[in-house]
Amino acid sequence: MNYKQVILLFTILSLSACKKQDVYLNKIEGKQINISDSLEINQNIEDIIKPYREHVNANLDSVLAYAVDTYSKSDGDYNTAIGNMMADAVYEQSNPIFNSRTGENIDFVLLNHGGIRSIISKGNITTRTAYEVMPFDNSAVVVKLKGAQVKELLEYLSKAKRAHPISKLHIVLDVDGNFKSATLGDQPLDFSKTYNVATNDYLYNGGDRMDFFKTNDSLYVLDYKVRNVLIDYFTKIDTLKPVIDNRFIQLK
Amino acid sequence: MKRRDFIQQTAAASALIGLGGMSLTSFTPSTTKKITILHTNDVHSHIDAFGPDDGRNPNQGGVARRASLVEAIRKENPNTLLLDAGDIFQGTPYFNYYGGELEFKLMSMLKYDVATIGNHDFDNSIEGLYAQLPHAKFDFVSANYDFSNTVLDTHVKPYRIITKDGIKIGIFGLGIELEGLVEKRMYKETVYLDPTEAAQEMTRILKEDEQCDLIICLSHLGYNYKNRPEKISDLKLAGITKDIDLIIGGHTHTFLKKPTVVKNSEGKNMLVNQVGCYGINLGKIDFYFDSDKNKAANGTSIIV
Repeated sequence: MNYKQVILLFTILSLSACKKQDVYLNKIEGKQINISDSLEINQNIEDIIKPYREHVNANLDSVLAYAVDTYSKSDGDYNTAIGNMMADAVYEQSNPIFNSRTGENIDFVLLNHGGIRSIISKGNITTRTAYEVMPFDNSAVVVKLKGAQVKELLEYLSKAKRAHPISKLHIVLDVDGNFKSATLGDQPLDFSKTYNVATNDYLYNGGDRMDFFKTNDSLYVLDYKVRNVLIDYFTKIDTLKPVIDNRFIQLK
Repeated sequence: MKRRDFIQQTAAASALIGLGGMSLTSFTPSTTKKITILHTNDVHSHIDAFGPDDGRNPNQGGVARRASLVEAIRKENPNTLLLDAGDIFQGTPYFNYYGGELEFKLMSMLKYDVATIGNHDFDNSIEGLYAQLPHAKFDFVSANYDFSNTVLDTHVKPYRIITKDGIKIGIFGLGIELEGLVEKRMYKETVYLDPTEAAQEMTRILKEDEQCDLIICLSHLGYNYKNRPEKISDLKLAGITKDIDLIIGGHTHTFLKKPTVVKNSEGKNMLVNQVGCYGINLGKIDFYFDSDKNKAANGTSIIV
């Protein structure tokens, strides 16, 4: 064999190595691995996270106000201190925005009892408190409700017999638990009128079967998360001392 | 020329001329290649591990621990891909404070290769997602979201092909219908296209045109909708399509004991997997390829 044959051999070998080799899938193995605390922590990753974590925690733990008592959504029959605070905060914080955009005012507020996700403990109120009470990203909206839908809303609340938070609205049930009256300030509701009702987008979209919101004239999205409503409200006030009042009661 | 015959001839020739110093290991009659696919879904901004007092998942999850695991697996097999099936965003204050910046930065450090888009990734609107893209050193794929009239136009490809150890891997993405799930003002002019048709188009391109050896679908459609059989899901898609080897799912936060083996429209077995949520688990699927056709002649063996 001379050198030409050797070169030829090398050429064939190298060409063959470059050709895409056919492969066939013959086995698949699948499993899942739990990320448990038995795994080591990667320090490079930890170092990147650290400043973010510290900033978030410092901010979440910054004190905004002081709660004079512990407030729970289970304290109260038809209205609770914590629910009243939330509905009042939504009114106070949202009405200036709604008014500046439309020239009108919010007539009343309706939230849901289930939307209060945590108690507020006596002592310092922080941003974290707002995240605990309202972990979801729901936003405040204002819905124009016709009288007929307001009627449905009142029927819903009378039947539900739950302390769904309301603000500005005053509802009385009779001794048997049936609807008796509903007033705004000292005026009874006029079912021939349309009312501006503030709520959150979860309820507007049919959450808690509050279907009356869907059949409305128009919707105003305020781009204001309920959690931010609370943060801004807590920042504004110094001391939190909401009370159970007579906004939604049953006669005895 | 038949490869086997060729090897025999050259082996004889090399023996004759005594090329002792030349390695012929690459010409052994059968070579095996292994591709490892690692995957997560619905991590939802869970950067830190759950605390010891968590009622459900104490001391589980955490990106820094996932990083160590991924690193160890890559060391064992450099031919490893790391994929995510969407809903990277939303779930802890990290997202509320930084809009997804840290999530993308960390995924880039872990060397994620490809991800698809979940409905919650629109939670800061499509502009919010777009704004965080500079932090992502990995690609997003979606074959059924048409972003032409949005800021994401050209930033999200229908599929991506990655070659590892000579094995061509095609990865395409599928997203869930946004209407009724995400507010229109968030996803804007994103157009949702039929996932089944998109999958058929993708497998045609990846199998026939691109000649991929392995086809993976990153899906945020959801694992299965028992009460709504008409709704497209990973299990349903798997049964009515062909040439997909693995569907990595998300959205339904489904914890599976093991990956599900599904027969595709041609009666061939393939896998559907999903690993719950919040970075509690990492999925690991190993694909073994052999140059010997006879080994695969009786079908692919699946061990789960």
